[in-house]
Amino acid sequence: MSSIAARPDVIPAAPKNYINAKSTLMSWLFTTDHKRIAVLYLISITIFFGMGGLFAMLIRLELITPKGDFLTGDMYNKAFTLHGVIMVFFFLIPSVPATLGNFVLPIMVGAKDLAFPKINLLSWWLYVFGGVMAIGVVINGGIDTGWTFYPPYSTTYAASNVTLAILAAFMAGFSSIFTGLNFIVTVHKMRAPGMTWFRLPLFVWAHYATSIIQVLGTPVIAITLVLVAVERVWGVGIFDPQLGGDPVLFQHLFWFYSHPAVYVMILPGMGVISEVIPCFSRKRIFGYEFIAFSSLAIAIIGFLVWGHHLYVSTQSTYAGLVFSLLSFLVAVPSAIKVFNWTATLYKGQITFEAPMLYAMGFIGLFLVGGLTGLILASMANDIHFHDTYFVVAHFHYVMVGGMVMAYMCGLHFWWPKMTGRMYPAALASIAAILVFVGFNLTFFPQFILGFLGMPRRYHQYVEEFQVLNVMSSAGASILGIGYILQPFYLVWSLVKGPVAGMNPWGAKGLEWQVPSPPPTFNFPDGQPIVVEEAYSYTTEESHSGA
Amino acid sequence: MATIPLIPEQASTISGKMDFLFYGWLAMSMFFFFSVVFTLVYFCVKYRKGTNVDRTIRGDNERTLELTWTIIPLVAAVLVFFYSAYAYIDFTKTPQGAMEILVTGKQWMWKIQHPTGKREINALHVPIGVPVKLTMTSEDTIHSFFIPAFRVKKDVLPNRFSSLWFNATKEGEYHLFCTEYCGTDHSRMVGTVTALTPERYQAWLAGTDTGVTMASSGEKLFTKLGCVTCHTGTSPRGPTLKGVFGKEVKLNDGSIVVADEEYLRESILNSQAKLVAGYPPLMPLFRNQIKEQDLMTLINYIKSLKDEKSGAKS
Repeated sequence: MSSIAARPDVIPAAPKNYINAKSTLMSWLFTTDHKRIAVLYLISITIFFGMGGLFAMLIRLELITPKGDFLTGDMYNKAFTLHGVIMVFFFLIPSVPATLGNFVLPIMVGAKDLAFPKINLLSWWLYVFGGVMAIGVVINGGIDTGWTFYPPYSTTYAASNVTLAILAAFMAGFSSIFTGLNFIVTVHKMRAPGMTWFRLPLFVWAHYATSIIQVLGTPVIAITLVLVAVERVWGVGIFDPQLGGDPVLFQHLFWFYSHPAVYVMILPGMGVISEVIPCFSRKRIFGYEFIAFSSLAIAIIGFLVWGHHLYVSTQSTYAGLVFSLLSFLVAVPSAIKVFNWTATLYKGQITFEAPMLYAMGFIGLFLVGGLTGLILASMANDIHFHDTYFVVAHFHYVMVGGMVMAYMCGLHFWWPKMTGRMYPAALASIAAILVFVGFNLTFFPQFILGFLGMPRRYHQYVEEFQVLNVMSSAGASILGIGYILQPFYLVWSLVKGPVAGMNPWGAKGLEWQVPSPPPTFNFPDGQPIVVEEAYSYTTEESHSGA
Repeated sequence: MATIPLIPEQASTISGKMDFLFYGWLAMSMFFFFSVVFTLVYFCVKYRKGTNVDRTIRGDNERTLELTWTIIPLVAAVLVFFYSAYAYIDFTKTPQGAMEILVTGKQWMWKIQHPTGKREINALHVPIGVPVKLTMTSEDTIHSFFIPAFRVKKDVLPNRFSSLWFNATKEGEYHLFCTEYCGTDHSRMVGTVTALTPERYQAWLAGTDTGVTMASSGEKLFTKLGCVTCHTGTSPRGPTLKGVFGKEVKLNDGSIVVADEEYLRESILNSQAKLVAGYPPLMPLFRNQIKEQDLMTLINYIKSLKDEKSGAKS
């Protein structure tokens, strides 16, 4: 009852929303409201993003000089391993789905919550348990296997917290499965009357495709990691040849999940972009069905390309060729999305608020990431580039240039919906530009380093690579400033930000037809009835402005 | 340090070809990249809010556009796949009669053994103009052997042989890197590849010649480990090994395998796994009894045993 947001400038007549409905700590920690769980996830992944960023900073500091003089070899190896494990399992995979997806997907389909609210809560708790274990790994001295946990190094030779880290990733995996399961059932069963499959926002399609991967792929990595632990703890020979195992088998199992996991990380981001571009160009998205089905195509073909991580691992040439062809094919649906986003701008009424800046940045960086991915899919070139900085640059362009940009794009887009407040627009645009510039300065030189032959995971390197490494570290500091600005002005906006109102962007979609922040069960007047297509923007009405 | 290096040295027969392919990729990627970015920027400027331009949409060509930008990348992808697959096979197919050098990876060093028996650590001397095949294995975890200037790389696994080949074209010193993360001093598992003219290579080999070729030290091992007692060709306890390398062997379960390096390796370490037809399972298991380098030496000796009379050394 105690209305914490009872400020005089809060005009809307409905003061009760999901934030002020209850105010005890327990009401947050054991909430089954998808919006509150989204906020819990948002806070948790931000903490891990900060941790992962700190380890990245250690890496970039070490690499300023060719000699390994800032950290010891073991410390450096732990820094890049923890950077990878934390960023992949505790930030990127849950980033968009568990925060933005959790928050807006049920509202988008016109439901009062996800299909299984308690499983949603369990998902967050599993994530927290996994996260606490990950922090335990850090406190207990770290782990040094690389985020890929390759045996026999991880099972026999590494003297660090491999088993604990594996359990942490295992937990996070289950939380991801539960999120995916919830989304699939929600999309099938809880759509509002009139919300046909082809009226679903593309954000929902993207999450549906993502969920399929999460549900089908994650159990494989979970089992594989458990096998590593079994071999490590009880000496059962599975992967280590000294015990009669096969280390390449692990690589197949690992990438069977971990390549599709790349699409778990990027597809939701693509979903965000598909929402933001029509909104800020006041146009219906171009090629709706093509974008929708390309998400499914990526999810399906994405399961059949894992062997492109094994071209130089003694995998047979014929297997390599099949994986190479499929890897080229999976690029086509991604290309279709990029072309359709570009075509959406045609004859629009384009404005450049912060979310749109991130979206434009996303397209450029994702293009670079995708096109260099094709070069790596080419077996002939991968011989040289495999496990060099070219690969590091490539996947950072996709994961950071793509996914993190998309996450921030979505966060700035839905922030007014989630909090009811607007952030300072100019500051947000400056942060977006800093992130874009800093990112390119950090990672573009790494393409050249890779071409020159600098291997990844190198604590020290030969002198001729220094200039490019210094450029990269300098860029990272700009990138860091761009990131650090955001929590400041976003938190500031909670207190001092102007009230956003129901629909500050003039956007289409059910989530913009409920109050900001939305009430506990989303639709106070009962389930909505959908009568129009998604993205029914018209360029004429846009003159009224937000 | 004044100039920033942009292009790695080309020092093998495939370097130029691989870079040509890469530049082709780069050109194609840049074409796609700039086409999209140019269009994007053009639209963003022309259709920014409030500009007085025609915004009527006919909307009758959507399907044509979609098909165009689906089919063009699809065809392009398949074409470049074939081109690059062809190039891959061209790059990796080891030529007949390549000179063989043995490589053993171990945390955190590379041990090299030349056909003459000469050994070196974290250094590899090779002749130019001669195809060289590296047969590699690891004593512990997975490593990866990478010479950027030669554009070659292959993972080096425990309990298994992998190989790569190159033909150096230019005298000089080049980097050798381990590219599969292998623990504390992974970044120190580096070395120098020195490419020499064949004459200078021979002189280098002769420099500290041990007088013991790999095959002859293999012969010593063959005696020392007791192989000689059964595998002589006259004993009923074991088959002769003369000329066995590369031939098909009939096993006691009726199947037929080729006696390649993998088979010989497996049979030495675990003779029971694939027993030759007609022989009893008497041979001791040498797993964990023999060092990787000795194993390679022994296999090399077996390879040198010709079908005729005594083993002619290569």
